Amino acid sequence: MNEMNKRIVVDDMLLTTDAPTTAGSKMLDGYMSLLEAEALTRAKAAEYTIGGKADVGEFSFDLLGETSYRGAIVQNGVLKNASAEIVASGDALAALCLDVNGTPRRAAAQYALVSVKPTYGRVSRYGTIPVACSGETVSVLAKTAGDCRALLDAIAGHDDKDGTSLPEELCNKVSEAVPVRRVALLKNFQADATVTEKIDAAIKEFTTNGIEVVEIDNEIFAAARTAWNVLMCAELCNNVSRYDGVKYGYRAENFSGIDELYTNSRTEAFGELLKTAILFGSETLSTENYMKVYDKCLRTRRVVCEEFAKIFSDFDALLLPACSTMTYTEKAIAENKHFVFEENLYTAPASITGLPAVVAGGVQLVGKAFSENALLDVAKILTKEAN
Amino acid sequence: MRYETVIGLEVHVELATNSKIFCSCSAHSFGADPNSHVCPACCGMPGMLPVVNKRVVDFGMKAGLMLNCDINRTTTFDKKSYYYPDLPAAYQTTQWFAPVAVNGVVEIETSKGKKKVRIKQIHMEEDAGKLVHDIREDTTHVDFNRTSVPLIEIVSQPDLSSAEEVEAYLERLKTLLRYAKVAECEMAHGTMRCDVNLSVRPEGSDKLGVRAEMKNMNSIEAIKRAIEYETARHIDAIENGTEVLRQETRRWDDIKGKSYAMRTKETAGDYRYFPDPNVMPVVIDDAWFNEIKSSLPEFPEVKRARYTEEYALSDYDAEQLTKSIALCECFEGAFEVTKNAKDSANWILSEVMTILNARKMTYDQLTLDGRALGTLILLVTGGKVGRANAKKILAAMFDDPTIEPEKYAEENGFVMSNDTGKAEAVIKAVIAADPKSVADFKGGKEKALMALFGKCMKELKGNCDPQTLRKLLIDEINKA
Repeated sequence: MNEMNKRIVVDDMLLTTDAPTTAGSKMLDGYMSLLEAEALTRAKAAEYTIGGKADVGEFSFDLLGETSYRGAIVQNGVLKNASAEIVASGDALAALCLDVNGTPRRAAAQYALVSVKPTYGRVSRYGTIPVACSGETVSVLAKTAGDCRALLDAIAGHDDKDGTSLPEELCNKVSEAVPVRRVALLKNFQADATVTEKIDAAIKEFTTNGIEVVEIDNEIFAAARTAWNVLMCAELCNNVSRYDGVKYGYRAENFSGIDELYTNSRTEAFGELLKTAILFGSETLSTENYMKVYDKCLRTRRVVCEEFAKIFSDFDALLLPACSTMTYTEKAIAENKHFVFEENLYTAPASITGLPAVVAGGVQLVGKAFSENALLDVAKILTKEAN
Repeated sequence: MRYETVIGLEVHVELATNSKIFCSCSAHSFGADPNSHVCPACCGMPGMLPVVNKRVVDFGMKAGLMLNCDINRTTTFDKKSYYYPDLPAAYQTTQWFAPVAVNGVVEIETSKGKKKVRIKQIHMEEDAGKLVHDIREDTTHVDFNRTSVPLIEIVSQPDLSSAEEVEAYLERLKTLLRYAKVAECEMAHGTMRCDVNLSVRPEGSDKLGVRAEMKNMNSIEAIKRAIEYETARHIDAIENGTEVLRQETRRWDDIKGKSYAMRTKETAGDYRYFPDPNVMPVVIDDAWFNEIKSSLPEFPEVKRARYTEEYALSDYDAEQLTKSIALCECFEGAFEVTKNAKDSANWILSEVMTILNARKMTYDQLTLDGRALGTLILLVTGGKVGRANAKKILAAMFDDPTIEPEKYAEENGFVMSNDTGKAEAVIKAVIAADPKSVADFKGGKEKALMALFGKCMKELKGNCDPQTLRKLLIDEINKA
């Protein structure tokens, strides 16, 4: 493979030592890290070259990156995603992203790309800007399932520097995954025609290729979203507390005393959606709310995991959308600023459980732990790749 | 009315591990340049992940077992959020939901007899950094060397009722934790810190009074003064209505001898504890638990009883030796070689102690190898080295732990000679040179003999058995 064919782009949630890492926030404008993300180091070791960095929304929990302090990328009133633009244009073979709240999966669906979010713990999170640590994973975005697989293989594996990193023998369990033969389809999901069209097409392709698709009903998904929003915002609130204007990053010019230094720096540097998430997360962790809200969501996470275990006792994968529509308009998010907390209905199940998910052909497949290679294999039917 | 003071303690102890709790930075930075023992992880930089130092859990378990606690076989770490410039990530990783040890008990002894103090829990956590205020420049500097140094916090039940009991309790903790070699526990070094929760109630009442938590006492003496001051303040408020007592945190000013309110319960921040998703629960399996359990030392009392029974030491000697695990190990090492408990104990309690005192060292700072000491003792009892020279060798062994006593004695001319011919020659020379002393002795002045004896011993560099020398000297004088 020549150099051009192994050029990748890295989203701005992964720390780099030769370029600033900002997490899309004014708070980290110009922040130069002393260390590099492990996933990036491993990609380089596998002879991938780094073409550059792609912008993200502020701490990357928005829809597609529209909350970046550099401004949203909008074309004809439609929201765009930086990593997906670069990969779709052919400027890079693939992108390494941090999937905090489904952004790379939504982007993959809307750009007809492939995204793989591996099993939690299989790729080291060392050197990724922490947001929702209990569910976020480094993921790969590319034009083909084969390219996703190759880059994922290069970055996966145990890392002593990440306490949640799985042992090597577990990481290697992906090679034992059984092929996908039976797929469950979530009934009555809410999505527009642009999405149902993709789902119908996927069902048709699967059926043609001898893969059985069976509709199931499950109430757990709405609860999974609510719980994920609580856990994500609480962890986010805690993780962004370190940006206080004292040690690095943005510092307000005017303040008197340490409390004002904190308050003014954070007030001036943080964007609106982030502030909303901080306030919400902070409330869920208060002594008054902890048991009522946060602890309940931790228990909900366990129930969601159990529900998935039940589904996977019958099926090899779950088919569902990655987004409710194939285009997000600027107008739509202006009308509903908290849209992302509804829209993550489709991405929250894999985020909260740590299960692998693959997006291809505009649809999402969630599988049991360590099934990402099997999911990528079946995704090739949708991308029309030779197996 | 008579009142009683109800006291519970929160004692922070720095664990003596080599590295910090979640990164590989050295945990020992006492006296080091600011920010010379730091890395991106303990500075709270984004993207660094905590990896639990297993030794910290080992030490936490040992501390728990020494204090008769139950060990939580699944122990977890949680985040405690607050803003302060010495806390770089704006959260402290600590144990809130499942601390390593719970439900312990420690027995103390005071002038009023023995008492059991219940331990609520022991949790492991990371220390914060230090702020250094520069008054001349009107600036504050942050030193992160201490950030993430492992601590345990030992939380007692409110079972203490006087400054004397508090002192006995702290001394007991210090002894037990030093026995297990998990901590130095030196208040002057900041490796043991103590917050006092205190309330006052009418004697015999079963209702607790309004509680004050006092911080910033840097010595046992300061703790005692703070308890006395605070008790008096509470009684004054109750009896004379001088002020309304509130549940609050107070700062002790040892120079002024007063406590000042820092924050009340209402103005205290909410720490928003939640499980740290980056630290997996630590599961202590049977093998690990048993490994730690079997590594525990004998308790001081058990050792003391054994020393009087097994080694027939006096109560006094046994008590003195068991004050420090370092003394015990030195003694047991020496005994292994000498098989003589009395000699081994005497050497430690006299000669070793003399050097420790002269060098202003604590018992626990003793690193002398007991087996080497035993060898030295045998050289003396075997008549190979004189006692005065043995003391010189011992001092040298303090400076250089690699010294082998026998070899050192030979190399430095400290070996006693059996060659009486050499001694006789020296005696003859000394007598010839000092006829006055000889005459004095013959005239009945015993002291004159000592002068001659001393001169001879000096010439012989101490390498002659004193009894033999004395006999030879008298014989020679009588001949003359």
